[in-house]
Amino acid sequence: MNTSSPADRHWHREPFISKPVLRWGFWSALLIYLALAIGSMDINWSRVMEGIPRGMNFIISFFPPDFTSRSDAILDGILESLWMTVTSTVVGILISIPVGIGAARNLSVLPVYYICRGIIALSRTFPEIILAIFFVKLFGFGPFAGFVTLSIATVGFYGKLLAEDIEDIDKAQAEAIRSTGCSWLQWLNYAIQPQVTPRAIGLAAYRFDINFRESAVVGIVGGGGIGATLLTAFDRYEFESAAAILLIIIFIVMAVEYSSGWLRKWVQ
Amino acid sequence: MGTVMGSDRQWHHRPLKLKLLLWFCWLLGLGIFITCWNKISEKTMWFFVTDAPSQAKDLATRMVPPRWDYLDNLWLPIWDTFNIATLGTLIAFFIAVPVAFCAARNTTPNTFLVRPIALFIIASSRSINSLIWALMLVTIIGPGILAGIIAIGLRSIGFIAKLLYEAIEEIEPVQVEAITATGASGGQVLSFGIFPQVLPALAGISVYRWDINIRESTILGLVGAGGIGLQLEASISTLAWTQVSIILLVILITVILSEWVSARVRYSII
Repeated sequence: MNTSSPADRHWHREPFISKPVLRWGFWSALLIYLALAIGSMDINWSRVMEGIPRGMNFIISFFPPDFTSRSDAILDGILESLWMTVTSTVVGILISIPVGIGAARNLSVLPVYYICRGIIALSRTFPEIILAIFFVKLFGFGPFAGFVTLSIATVGFYGKLLAEDIEDIDKAQAEAIRSTGCSWLQWLNYAIQPQVTPRAIGLAAYRFDINFRESAVVGIVGGGGIGATLLTAFDRYEFESAAAILLIIIFIVMAVEYSSGWLRKWVQ
Repeated sequence: MGTVMGSDRQWHHRPLKLKLLLWFCWLLGLGIFITCWNKISEKTMWFFVTDAPSQAKDLATRMVPPRWDYLDNLWLPIWDTFNIATLGTLIAFFIAVPVAFCAARNTTPNTFLVRPIALFIIASSRSINSLIWALMLVTIIGPGILAGIIAIGLRSIGFIAKLLYEAIEEIEPVQVEAITATGASGGQVLSFGIFPQVLPALAGISVYRWDINIRESTILGLVGAGGIGLQLEASISTLAWTQVSIILLVILITVILSEWVSARVRYSII
């Protein structure tokens, strides 16, 4: 009896990484890395233990959060964040439309393409907060620095996605318009723009949402907005106010996300 | 002449009503923008803004040449940054997977209680930036790398869970039905019918988030949560601009490398 009957053989599912060398290599590398990483971490456990009751306090302070005692500062910060969000989204998108058109390979000539791709890459490399540090240095404290930061971040994001959308358009429609003998601008207006507008509006709403979230962060380094209020609340261990601010941020982000989803559906 | 000649009628891009509505929207938008701009301009000291070019020139001269020998102090912070991003992503991975299964419409155990809770976890994790999570954790468990890891983990849960639950909702029901038809239990259906279908998506999402996390963990040090941001903060506050430029250079290289690795891995998965 050399051959086993089919019923004896057990079926095994296919492993995710099919090459055994790669698979075992991956798992052992992961294990070695984990040992090294956890071994090299310098953690002050007594300080962590000390923090646990404080963490519980923080969680308790969410029930109920204190909206009233710092309401002026909170309202001021939220409004400033919203102003920054609106202006930076508008200005950022206005700049990124020509950049995005220039960065689409099917519309622009090679030198323009490289310049626009360069602008996009440049504004995407550094995290917003590092840009914010520098703009606070250059323009002074306040919402203007935050506005510039978010605008630049918007150019990188929106320009890139707009360029990709333009590259993905239906060529037949573009060719049909072109064959009527229109000018380049007419071509842009009648062949390209209608195809990308729905996606572009959706992206704008999405970026608005991101800009609001980021506007809470630039305040930490002095760029204006709700971040500064939040930082102060944490520094003074006023967890009730901090909880209130966090809840407001979550609420606004959810509201913006919900309405942008609705807007996208309406546009399409 | 009762009939309208065909050539008299002109083709319009949009009907009149829609045109008016669009004009109204544009006007409204312009109004909002101008109001917001005025508010910001009120709070801005324009003297400092007009002064910016000379400030920039000054800063640029102070930042070059980068202080290359400072690089030796940066190896450990880079390793820490890498650990924050990687361990944070790992933690998020293990929490996000069950959350995503609870949030997906077709796998959630309970639509009225469990699903809204899972969706709320996702929303609150996503709405708060990792820097703010870090700020919170530093006040609670103290400064250091652990606060950074947990901050990155908390922020990534929402991201991974959201993309994963969307992937779960888009799976092919036929395969699930086939597994169910063999008499498999709920857990077996999950493990043989659903999980294999979303595994590539899950791997791709995690690597993508890891790449974002590397970028974010470079700055967590600004609020004291470990990594290379600590050196950045220290150098900026002591006005050691030649150190700042070398740190920025290192961050730039790290970010580009992680983006390249993530792109390669995602390309090989798909």
